[in-house]
This record gives sequence, C-alpha cells and structure tokens, in this order.
Amino acid sequence: MTRPLVRPPRKNPVLRTRLPNLPPGMRSRVALGLTAAAARGRFELQVCRDCGTVQYPPREACRVCLSHRLDWRAQDGAGELVSETLLHHSNELFYRERMPWRLGLIKLDCGPLIVAHLHGDCAAAPTRVRVSLHLDRAGQAALVALPKKDTPNMADDRQLREMTCDPKFRKILITDAKTPLGQSLVEAVVAAGADLVWAGHAEPWKKPPDFDRLASIPQVSLVPLDLTNSRAVKDLAGEIGGRVDILINTADYHRNFGIAARDGVETARAEMDMNYFGLLRLAQEFAPAIRARGADGQSSAVAWVNLLSVFALSNFPPHGTYSASKAAALSLAQCLRAELSPAGVRVINVFPGPIDDEWSQTLPPPKIAPARLAADIVAALRSGAEDVFPGDIAEDWLARWRDNPKALERELAAQQI
Amino acid sequence: MSRARAAYDDVVVTCPVTVPYVRYSIRGAHWFLAGALAQLLKTAGLAKDKLDGLCISSFTLAPDSAVGLTQHLGLTLRWLDHIPMGGACGVVALRRAARAVQAGDADAVACIAGDTNHTNSFRLNLATFSQFARDAVYPYGSGGANASFAFLTAYYMRTYGVTREDFGKICVAQRANALKFPLALMKKPLTLAEYLDARTIADPLRLYDCVMPCAGADAFLVLRRSEAERRGLPYARILATIERHNAFPDDAIQYRGGWALDRDELYAQAGVGPEDIDVLSTYDDYPVITLMQIEDLGFCNKGEGADFVRRETLTADGSFPLNTSGGQLSVGQAGAAGGFLGLVEVIRQVTGQPLGAKVADARLGLASGFGMINYDRGLCSGAAILAAGNQR
Amino acid sequence: MSEHLLSQLIGALAGGQLRIVDLTQTLSPDFPQIVLPPEMGQAWPFRIEEASRYDARGPGWYWNNFSCSEHTGTHFDAPIHWISGRHLPDNSTDTIPVQNFVAPACVLDCSRESAADADFLLTVGFLKNWERRHGRIPPGSWVLMRTDWSKRTDPVAYQNIDETGQHTPGPDSEAVQFLVDERQVLGFGSEAIGTDAGQAFHLKPPYPCHYFMHGSGRLGLQCLTNLDLLPPTGAVIIAAPLKIKEGSGSPLRVLALVPDVSLAAKRGGEKRPSRMSRKRRPASAKKKRR
Repeated sequence: MTRPLVRPPRKNPVLRTRLPNLPPGMRSRVALGLTAAAARGRFELQVCRDCGTVQYPPREACRVCLSHRLDWRAQDGAGELVSETLLHHSNELFYRERMPWRLGLIKLDCGPLIVAHLHGDCAAAPTRVRVSLHLDRAGQAALVALPKKDTPNMADDRQLREMTCDPKFRKILITDAKTPLGQSLVEAVVAAGADLVWAGHAEPWKKPPDFDRLASIPQVSLVPLDLTNSRAVKDLAGEIGGRVDILINTADYHRNFGIAARDGVETARAEMDMNYFGLLRLAQEFAPAIRARGADGQSSAVAWVNLLSVFALSNFPPHGTYSASKAAALSLAQCLRAELSPAGVRVINVFPGPIDDEWSQTLPPPKIAPARLAADIVAALRSGAEDVFPGDIAEDWLARWRDNPKALERELAAQQI
Repeated sequence: MSRARAAYDDVVVTCPVTVPYVRYSIRGAHWFLAGALAQLLKTAGLAKDKLDGLCISSFTLAPDSAVGLTQHLGLTLRWLDHIPMGGACGVVALRRAARAVQAGDADAVACIAGDTNHTNSFRLNLATFSQFARDAVYPYGSGGANASFAFLTAYYMRTYGVTREDFGKICVAQRANALKFPLALMKKPLTLAEYLDARTIADPLRLYDCVMPCAGADAFLVLRRSEAERRGLPYARILATIERHNAFPDDAIQYRGGWALDRDELYAQAGVGPEDIDVLSTYDDYPVITLMQIEDLGFCNKGEGADFVRRETLTADGSFPLNTSGGQLSVGQAGAAGGFLGLVEVIRQVTGQPLGAKVADARLGLASGFGMINYDRGLCSGAAILAAGNQR
Repeated sequence: MSEHLLSQLIGALAGGQLRIVDLTQTLSPDFPQIVLPPEMGQAWPFRIEEASRYDARGPGWYWNNFSCSEHTGTHFDAPIHWISGRHLPDNSTDTIPVQNFVAPACVLDCSRESAADADFLLTVGFLKNWERRHGRIPPGSWVLMRTDWSKRTDPVAYQNIDETGQHTPGPDSEAVQFLVDERQVLGFGSEAIGTDAGQAFHLKPPYPCHYFMHGSGRLGLQCLTNLDLLPPTGAVIIAAPLKIKEGSGSPLRVLALVPDVSLAAKRGGEKRPSRMSRKRRPASAKKKRR
C-alpha cells in the first residue's frame, strides 16, 4: 500500500541542490500523438478506420491492413499485467537517481502490448490493471499502470508523483488573489494541501469584499505584486522566488472592446501590459530559480500555470483586443514551456471560456464559476495535464477549432455561438 | 512451406577469424573490420583483388555502410550486402553469401561483423536503434533491453518453474568454457553462489545475466568447395539454414521465437534431428533466450528447458556442449560480432580448429541467431546446421 | 540693473539667505496614480524599465526608459486639460507663457482641519480668515492648500478610497470662484492626488477647481510635498512643465525659493537643509536662534 506523503524536512542550506535530469525525451512525430493526448489529460491510441485494429507503439500504417487511416481515439486502459520487473540499474540519469523503479508489461484488452510504469499498489503479475497516460518530467507521454480500483494515497506513489504537479506540501504563488477566481484558487490549493500560499495583490487601495478573510488563513501570506511594475516583480522574486514550487499567474486585465468600439490604444495597451508583458516580467524574474529547483527533492519546483482564455485560440471580436492579448500570452507561454522543459517544470495553460465575473457580465451562459475553475486548475496540477479547457464553452470552442478553425472564426464573428 | 528448399550443394564456409575483443577502443569500426578482412585474406591465401563479395554487419560504422568500406579498404566487388540484424546477422550473412556463391554471382564472399566500443557507444547506439524502442521503451528507464528480458525471465520463471539456479548453471558452464578461450574478456571463474548473489540489474536479472559490450570483430569466408580444397582450407558444409522475422506477433510475451515455426524445415533440409547435433551455439544476450532456443530448436519441449538444463552438463566436455567458447556472456558482446560469435565457434569446432576447449568428435554443429529487440521482443531469428567438411 | 538682481539672487542662494525647498514627490512605480472608474481611459502609473545597467545590454552605461501619464506624480495641469479650457489661447504646456512658471505662492495651512476630516473643503470663509492674518492674496499667486496629505506615505492612506470613492481635501466651488474672480490667482496647488477634493464629483459643478481654474486659463499643481516648510507668504515657486506638444500637463520638479527664516529651520525632525547649505549658513541665522 502506498505510504501517505509526509511533509519533507527543511532543506539543509549548505547542501548543493540536485539539478534536473530528465527521462529520455526523443519521440518520433507520430508518437507525439500520445503526447498531444496526455497534454489534455486523455489516453488515446491510434485505431485503424478500416479494420479497427488498435495500434501501439504509434506508427504510420495499420499493422494489420496497412491502411494510412489511423485515428487517435480514447481508450479505457483496461488490461492484464503479464510480467514486471524492478529496475535497480539504468544508464538513464533520471532513473539512476530514482532507483529502484517498477516497470510492467501489460496486454491491453483493446489489443496492444505496452511497457509502462507500474504503480506500487498493483499486485504481482498476473493481475488486472488500469493503464493511464501522463506527461513525464521530459514533457512527453508515458504510460502508467494503476491498480484496477483506486487505493488510499494513490497519488503519493513515488513514481506517479514524478508525473504530476501535486500541490501537497508545496509552496504556491498566486499572482492575483483578489479576483473571485484568485480567492477561490487560494482556498482550493490550501485545501489540496499546499504548505504556503503567497497571495499576490496590486492596487492596495482597491479592496474587494471578502479579501481580508484570505489573510486570516494560516497558510496564506499577502504579498504586493503588480505585474505592470518591473521593479515590484523583481523585488518579490528576490524575496520569495527561491521558494516558489508552483506559480499560478491569474493576473488578468480584461476589457470588452474590439477595434472600433474604443478610440486610442490605451485600453489595449493596458491589456497587453498585464496579460502579455506581465507574463514576460514574471517569467524573467521567477523562471530562473524555478528552473534550478526542478529536481529539488519531494517539494521541488514543478509547475507554472497561466490563466489564458479560450479566446486565445480564436479571437472573440466583442473582446477583440483582450483576445489578442491572450493570444500573445499563449505564444509566450509556449516559449516559456520550451525554456522550462529542460528543468522538468510543466507549463500548464488554462483556457476557460467566459468566467462568471464582471467582465463577462453580458455574455450568455454557460459561464464557468470561479470556484469551478479553481477546482479544475487544482485537478490539472494533480493529473499533470498541461493544456486545460475547463467548462462547456471551452470544450465546445476547442472541438470547433480542431475540427475547422476557419469555421470557428466565422461563427465568432457572427456571434453565432 | 511444404516445397523443399534448394540444398546448398557445394558451398562451404571456411576461415573463422576473430579480431581480439577489447573493452574500450579509440579506433573506429573500420579498424576492426579491416583487421578481420586482412586475417581472412591471409588465412585463405586470397589476394585482396580476388575477393569479389563482401557482407558486413556493424552498429558503429555510421555514417558509413558497407558501400563506404569498399572505397575505404580498396575493394572492387560484384556482390555487396549489409545485414543490420544484430544477433541473427551471422546466420543471415551465411544464407546470403551462400546463395550468391551457389548462383555464381560471386566466387569468394567475406562475411564480417565488428564494432568499436567507445565510452559513449552504448548510449549513442541505443539512441538510433529503433523507433519503437525510442518511443515506447527507453522513456521508461531501462536504457536498453534489460527491462524487456527481465519481463521475459520473470514470466519464464513463473510459468515454467525455471529457477535462478537453472539460469545460473548456464552462465557458470559458459564461464568454464570461456576460461579456456584465449580471447574471452572474462577471465575469472564464476561460481553459482557468485551468480546468485550478484547485484540486481532489473529484477530478476542480475549482473551475470547481462553481457559486457566491447569492441572486436569476427568473420568467415564463403567459397565453393572446389575452391576451398584447391587452397587447402579446412571447411564446413552447410546442411540447412532458416530465417524468420517478426514471428508470432500476437503472443502477449515472447515465450517462443521464430525457430519454433521453422525448425522442422531446418532439420528436414539437413536430414538430421536435434539428437544428432554435437555442439550448439545459442545467441546468449540473456540466459532465458538460450533456454528458449534450446526448447524452440527441439532439444526439449517448451516448458521443459529447466529440466533439460538440470539434466545435462553444458561445458565443452559435457553431455550437451553449449556456447563452447563461453558465449557473449563470458567472451563479450562486440556489437554486431555477437551475431557471428556462436557461428564462428561452431565453424571452429566442426573444422577441428577450436581456439579453446575442444568438443570431441564434433561432426554436426548448430548455430542459432536471435536479435533486434525492436520494441518488446527480438524480431530476427535464424539457425544454421553445419557439418564437418574435409577434416573428417 | 537686472544683472545686479540676478547676481544678488545667486549670492543669496549661495550664502543661505535664500534656500530652495523641493516640493516634489519622487517619481517611482510605488507612487499612487489617480484611479478612474474602469470604463474610462486610465492614466498610466509611473513605470520604468532598465535599458542597460553596465551589462551585456550596454557595458559602460546605465539608463532607463520610463512611461507615465502627463498626470503622474507631482504634476502640472494646463488649461487644456479640462473641457472648460479647451478653446482658450495658449492653453497647453508648450504654449503657456513661460512667465507663469515662476510665481509667488500663498500657503494655506489646512492641516488640522484635514487631519480631522479627510473630506475637508476649503471655503471662502477660511480664505478670508487667512487673509485677515496674512494679507490679501496677491494677483498672479499660486494658492497652495497645505493639508500635510503628503505625509501619508502608505499609498492606501494616500488614496483613501472606500466604497463611496476617494476622500481627500480640496476647495469648494465658491472658494474657487472667489480665487478666480476676486483674486485673479495664477493657479491652485494641492498635496493630494487631485486639486479637487476626492468627493468633488458631487459638487456643483463637479470638480469646480478644474472647471473654473482651467476654464479661466489658470493652472494646477498636484501631489506637492513639503508645503509645511514654506512660509504663508513670500515663497517663490518655480514650476515649469515639460514642453509637450498640445500637452495637458506633465510631471515636473516644483521648487520653492524661501527666505532662510522658513519654519522648517526651527522645527526638529523635519526635512533638514543639505550639508552644503548648512555650511553656508550666515552668522545672522545663528544669532536669531539664540
């Protein structure tokens, strides 16, 4: 049975910090289809459209009928553990540092044979297991065989925790804790076991209702943070940057204008200054320490979460300049992902549809409640997904965008959805 | 399947040579392959410009293939092949060369396998080994085939009651053979206790279940019998060969190899049975595969390998001489030369010119090949039955 | 003649008979910026980004780029800033006659009243009371409302915003009209974030200081500090805005020339004169302290 995680002891400051080594990260292009599914928290395999054969490892043509028509389809992961081993030696630095490591050979009910990481609570072979797909520390898809039914403290399994960004016993910075989402997120990560939450807030003369309540939570520390102020970002990074395990950037400047509805660039500049340049300032000041601590023990630096918007995928013209600022932030977040990946730190981009707050006041439902969005963000940290589309609108727009982005562009312009 | 395959008529195999193995070398693969070629030509008394066929296997020759070697070594040939089949390359090279000579497409074919071994060779070779391994095995930490064979070893133990002592007996016997083989890299005796207590690599595999990568080369020459006799070379006749790739793809785990599919044809073509074989070389990257080959080549039934090993003695002077030079497990695995090592040893034994321990009255030898763990199983299998030629 | 006056001025400054008092807040990103409702175009707070600092971006030098509103920090309001002054001639920072940039000041001490009531409004009655003690406010003077608001170094206290808006002191509508019509002042200066009171939206007309001052071609100064170091009369203000084409205002350095018998020299714990001027203090000043 998995032993529940205990709070790690304080780090000995005279000891050198272990640097991140990553599992092998090379994949063929076709195998990146697994990574795309894992990024969205899904387990998919190629299925031949012509003969129905499920394929693994990923390949360019059906292994039965040679068809090229292979579609990625969701799988339930049910299977039988055929054999297992406990690695005590590896040439891969990542695994050398984490010996011993349990691996299994599993025959999936849908057909293929897979090599997977084996959760500690799976019984010895032969036994039924449930295979899931996660991103590993190299940011690539990895299969994990889990026990058929959930077991207590399952998430604390040493090997599984290497795939996830669990908030438990970690220290978390939430850059804007004043908004309804920010406040919900503070509470959600505290409930998820965070040791310390720095709640960032700007413009101290603006006090939303209930904000003082946050300060009374023992794990919470209010810190001034205005992402439009380079010096303030630098100063806070100097103070706490070396302790941040998870950074959640919720700072968001959201106005409701396209191009013609507003004269001058001032409002759009303010959106860019917060949503795009704010991310840039934050990344310049906080990323170096986070990068260095990617393998820093049980409570290592592990994730950077960006609150983007589904408007980043395809411009929502009534909030046109805001959409553009979120698209700029998305692009920059991809850059950040590349720069943090050598450290094994995951960049998680969250793309909600309209949030049920003042800036989406005139948009029709469904809108995502701040508390629901906060719960989805915590779930993403726990599962290790990196592209999160929470709520009905986000899922809907994503499906439309993947199916036919030009059609979505037209639909949004005509406000047909 | 029922149509009889052509016999090998008057095609023979001669001149088993080895470039001594070393753990690490700063030389390139070309150095070892050239060394093997030079020895072959000298042994055969063959002028370089009379060699008209060449078959190469090497993992570390890149960016060259066999083509580059022709210019590198000053060869003008009318037949050339490059066999990227790892532990099966010896048997397959023999099959290719034999048909070429038989058909008159070439008169003298040198078959050479060799590799260098730099301190980063293992890592670099793995990185370019196979797409499936890169996508679906290495990310899980095994950094090689250890996990796949640990799975199989554990499965075998659980399913057929094979014990670690059984595998240990194979390894200990091969080490005893190797102590007599002058070119073996392992020079210390190995006891069963040492085998059992060695450090775990990937449970249930321990240190002495795994080969040691090294640098070296092995080679042989394929000629028409008349040519071998004209030159006064000891030779072995080729009675039968088999080759198979991706056998039993739907088996959940590779508990049997391609030999199980083709062995009847092998013995039928040779006109002998397993009981007639005097010396056996298996491809021994892990002892479980040796056990599998013993079963699949018909020396016992599937699942009876443990009993077989307990019953027989496996040293060169034993009841069932196996890997009589020590096998890769005790000689070393010089990359692709691992696919030639067993075949070259069988050629030496049946032509009466062993370098180490001699198998008494070795008339028939069987060399088995296996290799290319593309994903979760070895895809290539093959076997050749050779008979003593003019020395008997 | 004029040369003599000027060299006297320089001599007096060097000798300490005249001192320069800095009435300017330091421009920094932490200084509060006026907050408008979210639907309005906002005034940028001061922001500064390094371009290089003796590093790869510029090995031998340090410099920054900054951005702000024309109305950030200690700043000047030109008549064109308000709708009532939009059509007046010479109403922007580049066209206001430069003579206006050096002018005398009357300093009205409302610090006690403002401490008791953040929404304190300066009235005609208060003005007349002040004039009884200090004399009539001369035409062409700055009228500076000293509230000691600049001593509120916590930005939250400085902004003093609650659910009903901002609460800072300022003049009422009649007081402004009085200063404009009856005293022909040059302009109005405040320590708070606006020349108008925080709740001036509710006065008639809204924001009367902006409305009437700028509507009559007059000027404004905001976010002043150290008004407590100035005499009620006699200080000369130098306040020259940046020469921005069609500028509505600009951050600027506001300096006051004061005689050495300023109140600040007699108070403990106040902003002390610089080392240099202390050395040059004449013997006469020492005698006076005895």
